[in-house]
Amino acid sequence: MDKPNYQTHRIEAENICVDYNGKVALYDANLRLKPGQICGLVGMNGAGKTTFFNALTGFVNISKGKIRINGESLRSAQKDQTIAYVPQSEGIDSQFPVNVWDVVMMGRYGSMNVLRCPRESDVQAVKDAIERVDLINFTSTPIGNLSGGQRKRTFLARAIAQRASILLLDEPFTGVDIRTEKLISELFIQFKNEGKTILLSTHDMIHVREFCDLVLLINKTVVAYGETSEVFTPENITSTFGGISPDVLFGPES
Amino acid sequence: MEPCFFSSINTFITDPLTHDFMRKALFMSSLVAAVCGFLSSYLTLKGWALMGDAVSHSVMPGVVVAYALGLPFSLGAFIFGVGSVALIGFVKQKSRVKEDTVIGLVFTGFFALGIVLVSKIKSNIDLHSILFGSPLGISLSDVKQTILISLLVVILLLVFRKDLMLYCFDPRHAKTVGINVLFLHYLLLTCLSLAAVVGLQTVGIILVVAMLITPGATAYLLTDQFDNMTMISVFSAIISSIIGIYCSFWFDLETGGSIVLAQTFIFLFAFLFAPRYGIFKLKKFFSNYK
Repeated sequence: MDKPNYQTHRIEAENICVDYNGKVALYDANLRLKPGQICGLVGMNGAGKTTFFNALTGFVNISKGKIRINGESLRSAQKDQTIAYVPQSEGIDSQFPVNVWDVVMMGRYGSMNVLRCPRESDVQAVKDAIERVDLINFTSTPIGNLSGGQRKRTFLARAIAQRASILLLDEPFTGVDIRTEKLISELFIQFKNEGKTILLSTHDMIHVREFCDLVLLINKTVVAYGETSEVFTPENITSTFGGISPDVLFGPES
Repeated sequence: MEPCFFSSINTFITDPLTHDFMRKALFMSSLVAAVCGFLSSYLTLKGWALMGDAVSHSVMPGVVVAYALGLPFSLGAFIFGVGSVALIGFVKQKSRVKEDTVIGLVFTGFFALGIVLVSKIKSNIDLHSILFGSPLGISLSDVKQTILISLLVVILLLVFRKDLMLYCFDPRHAKTVGINVLFLHYLLLTCLSLAAVVGLQTVGIILVVAMLITPGATAYLLTDQFDNMTMISVFSAIISSIIGIYCSFWFDLETGGSIVLAQTFIFLFAFLFAPRYGIFKLKKFFSNYK
């Protein structure tokens, strides 16, 4: 386990641009996150949230800018298992013939040998992770037979088993039951206390207010970024969502 | 001679085995089917059925050119197989034409090139055996080459089976934990081209795609465990080969067609009677009577 260095930032993204075959998906985006911070990523569909995640995981190459993870390159962050990505529900094939144990074990692949033979420590890490998300009775259940919430917890367990210090979560609260929602919120507080850094995208503005220290509003580029209490204002939200007033989006009390 | 029922069954099974070419055909087809069956688990899960079709057709000109130049046909096939995929990627990226259109366009182009080349290069290439396979007439050098390629593919798949499974399931996670996704992409593609080459001999270019997708699809209906899926896939592929070859021997049928038809029937059986995912949902049916 790496010691969190509170001098450096966990995530440093500087003026990053991503384009897909000449079509700009994200430009001049900046983000700095420290250990123990939870940041909400808010924007419309197609505003570049998933692209932002893709850039931070290295799944797409940035055409401009710089990404440093713990002060080092993205490549070495991948090698060190620093970043875990929890996909949104639609992002995975739920009919794939694997069970909960298999999926969580995938979190350990990066630190195993070439043949991916689990060691004693890997088995223990998987067991612990499954326990933390309360799925111990479902270890051999195929993911196709799980509920949406259970499946979400499975992928969260994979991130826990990976022992990553940065968690990227794409819509962690979409399509989950109340119990899962509560469990995820509790885990977030624990992660924060463990010094992990969390970036999550969400459509639910209540969640942002509840536990995001920081908020990043994007619409192809950063519209506003800072402390939730300062930045998450009706004006900023309105401009993020292309001029639609927050009243229309989330009801009058916003 | 008036044989009783059991001895006629016995004859049915052992008689073909007295012929050297039949023993060879059975062995080779089973081997090839096993290799293609193993790979088909990955292709069906990755959604690469059309890609399998494209690669298997595109190897045609490679085979012809290699024959004409006296090179191992696997080399030519491999170059054109991977080349076709690269070309598909390039055309897709540089034009507004949709992907399935590009795939259809590229592989038929390659295939046509192959057919034209066969007619132009007057050599001892037998178009019929390339198109429809000739498991009964495999030469010794082809046997050696097929065994070698099959071993190579099986070893690659065994070594990287978990990585490839992860690549099919969640490539983004693979990338995030530092696994070389691009390498896995080309590895799977390489295995696909090589499997198409060996499959070409038994069932021919036109039907080889069946060997690459049907066993995987059958197995997908029968299990929720990835390792079981590959085993069922391999097993059903081998059984189909044996059934197909026996049928072709006794009823004088085209061998490649018989093998693929046997695979199709096994799929149909699974489609109807698979315990959980079959049309009749037998598992549910029986649990109601407990």
